[in-house]
Amino acid sequence: MSSPRGPKACGGGAADRPIHVLAVDDSSVDRAVIARLLRSSKYRVTTVDSGKKALELLGLQEPNVNMIITDYWMPEMTGYELLKIVKESSELREIPVVIMSSENVPNRINRCLEEGAEDFLLKPVRPSDVARLCNRMR
Amino acid sequence: MELGSLQRRYIDFTSALFREGFLDNQYTQLQQLQDESNPEFVLEVVTLFFEDSEKLLDELSRTLDQQVVDYKKVDAHVHQLKGSSASIGAQRVKNVCMAFRNCCEERNQEGCLRCLQQVRQEYFLVKSKLETLFRLEKQILAAGGSVPVLW
Repeated sequence: MSSPRGPKACGGGAADRPIHVLAVDDSSVDRAVIARLLRSSKYRVTTVDSGKKALELLGLQEPNVNMIITDYWMPEMTGYELLKIVKESSELREIPVVIMSSENVPNRINRCLEEGAEDFLLKPVRPSDVARLCNRMR
Repeated sequence: MELGSLQRRYIDFTSALFREGFLDNQYTQLQQLQDESNPEFVLEVVTLFFEDSEKLLDELSRTLDQQVVDYKKVDAHVHQLKGSSASIGAQRVKNVCMAFRNCCEERNQEGCLRCLQQVRQEYFLVKSKLETLFRLEKQILAAGGSVPVLW
């Protein structure tokens, strides 16, 4: 793991390739906000609007995803379900997964953390939350 | 209008929006994320909010108009509206959504219809205020000035 850096300098990954974050959220508003937040920390960001699309992207030859950040409540597949699938996959399980939710439900948070989520962020997400993720990238 | 008074008008108008609870700190967070490389960020996000909200308000009308109301569906829509209004700092809209969700839980159709009317009102109010805000910003820039930073 690289030494701690300030929030603005977090983007450099191995061999200075920008860290690639996959953001999953069914809300267009929240996708725009999280993308901007992550890009202002110099991450490369891909946004998708469902767990299904996230898995399609992750199933590609070289997804090169260093972190997944996903909303909890989504139709068809929740962030929790996506988390489980990722952690149960031998190819994907090393990728840190962060869950976002607008609801502060302790049971939900614990369940996600127990299932292997790296962190749980309460929405609306702030720059300080993104800064906190800096050291958790793969 | 000359630049100085435009800027003063902008300051007064924005301060009132925050003071009256139309906008909260989340809006300020969005403003802070706007810069030379993303000069229209706030406008882009707020526009997405407008599109999303109007779709949701229509869906809510439709869903509450059914003979047998599907409260799970109503709740899901209100949850979405609450989320997006919170994400842009539209505080009064968000607050009505919270009351709305309680009515859903109680399966109270009358209450839900009242909340829908209220949330619609708050939404169109904040929409018109934000449009005024953006118009003022445009006018200030067109007059060769810079938009006052209030944080």
